[in-house]
Amino acid sequence: MLNVYDTVLNSRLFLGTAQYPSPEQLRAAVERSQAEVVTVSLRREAAGEGSGQRFWQLIQSLGVRVLPNTAGCHTVQEAVTTAHMAREVFATRWVKLEVIGDDATLQPDVFGLVEAARILSEDGFQVFPYTTEDLVVAERLLAAGCRVLMPWGAPIGTGRGLNNVYGLRQLRAHFPEIPLVVDAGIGSPSHAAQALELGYDAVLLNTAVSKAGDPPAMAEAFAQAVNAGRLAYEAGLMEAHDLAAPSTPEFGTPFSPWSGHA
Amino acid sequence: MKLKVNAEEIQVSAATLAALCRELGYPEQGVATAVNGEFVPRQQRDNQPLRDGDAVEILAPMQGG
Repeated sequence: MLNVYDTVLNSRLFLGTAQYPSPEQLRAAVERSQAEVVTVSLRREAAGEGSGQRFWQLIQSLGVRVLPNTAGCHTVQEAVTTAHMAREVFATRWVKLEVIGDDATLQPDVFGLVEAARILSEDGFQVFPYTTEDLVVAERLLAAGCRVLMPWGAPIGTGRGLNNVYGLRQLRAHFPEIPLVVDAGIGSPSHAAQALELGYDAVLLNTAVSKAGDPPAMAEAFAQAVNAGRLAYEAGLMEAHDLAAPSTPEFGTPFSPWSGHA
Repeated sequence: MKLKVNAEEIQVSAATLAALCRELGYPEQGVATAVNGEFVPRQQRDNQPLRDGDAVEILAPMQGG
């Protein structure tokens, strides 16, 4: 089981709630994903529209924890203000902290991220920082008060999987006790399984499910992949070799010049 | 008084943030507010004066990744 900020989670899949074809598809996807944590956001809404409230009621009816994000924030001030607004509306200390540094790649501004993480942690927030796989940044985030790290697999929405497996391995090895969640870039269940096989504690994804032909079915596929990846990690994966090694015993091979039998 | 509410310039008569939310028809619960980039908690909206040119954000829950 996964423990983040003293909350025990059975599911290792965190699911985003954006871009589904309909609220019904979103509901079905969350249910079939078995996710216990879903991400949400805050946006401007015209008075009297009420779509935000309807969405929030739908999420509350699902019995999941919410992880509000600061998506779209480009400065420390924007992210900190948005986090405070989210804490009031969603009544949670959790925040998925995003400070975007580059609009083309949506790469985190890690300098702003560390600063915002420090401010929010000191203010009682439990910060889930969307970061890169950079080890030094990870150290700074932990020093700032973070108890979970969420490195990207690839830029948000690209579905390219784990771009830097080596870097992610290094991060895992450096911080064996810190919950690590691959956030962003996951495109297929095999990517999610790979992250779990590397020892990552969970994955956070959205587009791969919401933009699938059948989002609820894809949500279930991810649930199975995450379980398979974790089970494989716990079972202990074999090491890869360059040279072939027969798996069938060679002793007693028919037609061989060597005598003997099994 | 002219304000920018959610980046839209509008003319209002409300003198406080709470009055503005009422004037525009926002519910008291379920939205979060900020003035000039600073968070204003729900309980403080009554005491938050508004001045000409202030930038107000009124945000509601939304889908997110």
